[in-house]
Amino acid sequence: MTQQMTSPEHIEYVLRLGDNALILGQRLSEWCGHAPVLEEDMALANMSLDLIGQARMLLTHAGRLEGRGRDEDQLAFLRTEPNYRNLTLCELPNQDFGRTMVRNFLYSSFQKLLWERLMTSSDAELAAIAAKSIKEARYHAQHSGDWVIRLGDGTADSHARAQGALDYLWPYTAEFFATTPVDDAVAAAGVGPVWSELETAWEALVMPVLAEATLTVPARTPFRSYGKFGRHSEHMGHLLAEMQIMQRTYPGAQW
Amino acid sequence: MYTQALDIPQQNTEAKGPRTIENPAYQAEFDAKIDAGGYIEAKDWMPESYRKTLVRQISQHAHSEIVGMLPEGNWITRAPTLKRKAILLAKVQDEGGHGLYLYAAAETLGVSRDELLDALHSGRAKYSSIFNYPTLTWADIGVVGWLVDGAAIMNQIPLCKCSYGPYARAMVRICKEESFHQRQGYDLLLTMMKGTEEQRDMVQDAVNRWWWPSIMMFGPHDKDSTHSAQSSRWGIKRISNDDLRQKFVDATVEQAKVLGVTMPDPELKWNEARGHYDFGAIDWDEFWNVVDGHGQGNVDRLAARVKAWDDGAWVREAALEYARKHDARDSRAA
Repeated sequence: MTQQMTSPEHIEYVLRLGDNALILGQRLSEWCGHAPVLEEDMALANMSLDLIGQARMLLTHAGRLEGRGRDEDQLAFLRTEPNYRNLTLCELPNQDFGRTMVRNFLYSSFQKLLWERLMTSSDAELAAIAAKSIKEARYHAQHSGDWVIRLGDGTADSHARAQGALDYLWPYTAEFFATTPVDDAVAAAGVGPVWSELETAWEALVMPVLAEATLTVPARTPFRSYGKFGRHSEHMGHLLAEMQIMQRTYPGAQW
Repeated sequence: MYTQALDIPQQNTEAKGPRTIENPAYQAEFDAKIDAGGYIEAKDWMPESYRKTLVRQISQHAHSEIVGMLPEGNWITRAPTLKRKAILLAKVQDEGGHGLYLYAAAETLGVSRDELLDALHSGRAKYSSIFNYPTLTWADIGVVGWLVDGAAIMNQIPLCKCSYGPYARAMVRICKEESFHQRQGYDLLLTMMKGTEEQRDMVQDAVNRWWWPSIMMFGPHDKDSTHSAQSSRWGIKRISNDDLRQKFVDATVEQAKVLGVTMPDPELKWNEARGHYDFGAIDWDEFWNVVDGHGQGNVDRLAARVKAWDDGAWVREAALEYARKHDARDSRAA
C-alpha cells in the first residue's frame, strides 16, 4: 500500500495504538480459564480477541508505513522494551476481576473517543481500522461499565475492592492526556487527534458511571507514568519475556 | 474437547433433583420411543436411572470442557505468532462455550450448574483424565488439536444422535466446532514439520507423549466397560469403545504418514485380514492411575478450577447484592 504522507510521528502514533491493543489483549488473555463465572471467561476471551485483532491490523499497517519489511509478528515479538509505545495502564498486572474491569472501563471509554475521531483520519487504512474497532470499544466500555457499577454498588467488600482499583489506576490515566510533539505533528497532517484534547470528553463519559458506582474519584497528584514515551513500569519486562519467548528462542522459525 | 469418562464411575453419582415416580405404563411408552429411535425431551417421563446416567455423563462432559481450557490456556500468553495466539484463544473460548451448552443441557434434567460445579470442586465428579497430562511445548497445542480433539470427535459424532434431545442438539453444535479445532491443530503441525529440525523433533516428542493417552480416551475395553450395555440399550451410547478406538487408530495412522511422524508403538501395523491396524497393549494401570487422581496434573488442574471459583466468589456475591438492591428499589418505585 502506498501512503502519500509518512512521517516518523505517523508511524509512532500507529504503533502506539497497536501496542495498546497488543499489551492489553495479552493481559486479558491471562484470564482465560480463571474468571469468576464461565460467562466472564467467554467475555474476557472475546475482548482479548478483539484487541489482538486490532493489534494485528495496526502493527501490519505500522510496518507498511515504516517500509522496512517488518510484519505484525516482528513488531509484536522482536522489539526491545523502550520501543513499545503502549500506555503504562495497559501493562499493569490484572490483579483481580475488579481491577481488570475498572481498567477496561477507563481504557475503553478513552478508546471510544479516539476511534470516533480516527474514523475521519486522512490515513484511509487507519480510518478503516477505526470504523471496525469503535464497535468493539463500545461493547468493551458497556460491559466493563456495567461491572464497575455492580461492583461499586454491590457488597461492602466489592465496593472496597472497586475503590481500591480506581485509586490504584486513576493516576495512570494522566498519561492518556500527556502532551507529545508526536501528537502535534500527526494532528497537523490530519491523521489523528491530539490525545490531550480528549480529556474533557473522557471525563464526561467516565464520571457519571463512577458516580453511579458510588465510587470516589481521587484527586490528581504529581504522579506521572511514561509508557507511551517508551519508559515502562517494572511489569513490562516480565510481560514481554513471556510473550516473546518463542520468537526469541527460535529465531526465524515459521509457526 | 471431550471426555472419555462416560464409562468411569465417580465416587458419588447421586445427583440431587426430582425423583421419578416409576410407572410401568410410562416405562413402556419410554421404551417404545427409544426403540423407535425417537428423542426423549426434558418434559417427558424418563426412568430415574436414565436421568441419573445422563446427569453423570453430561456433567462429566461439561467439566471436561472447562478443565480442558487449562492445558491449552497454558500456551495462550506464549503463542509464537499473533495469528496463532488468536486461533488458540478462540479455541479455548469455544471450549468454554461447550461447557455452557452442556451445563444448560444438564440443567434440563433438574440439577443446577452450581450443584454440578460443587461436585467437581469437591472431587466427587470426574472429568476426562486426558487433561491431567501437561502441555510442555508449543507442539503440544497442535497435537492436542489433532489427537485429543480427533478422538473427541470420534466419540461425539454418535452422541449427536443420542436419545436425549437437549444433549443431542448440544452435541451437533459442539461437533462442528471440534472438527474445526482438529483441522487447526493439524495445520499447526504441518507448518512445524515444514520448519527446522528442532521443530520436527518437538512435534515427534509431543506425539510420543500424547498418543497412548489419546487412544485411552475411548475408555476401557468393551468387556471391562461398566455402563456400556445399559447405555447402548438407552441409545446414549451407539458405538462401542473398542470399535471407536479402532476407527480412530485407522484414520490417525494415515494422517501421521502425511505429517511425517511415527506413533510410539512398535506393534502398530496394518492387518490385511482384518482390514484394520493392529496396535500394542494399552497400559491400563496408567489409565486408572490418572483416573484415580495420580496423574501429573490432577492436583494442579483441580486446584486451578477451585481457585478461580473461590477468587470469584466476591464478584458473584456483588452481582447478586446489586440485583437484590435494585429489585428492592424497583419494587418500591412501582
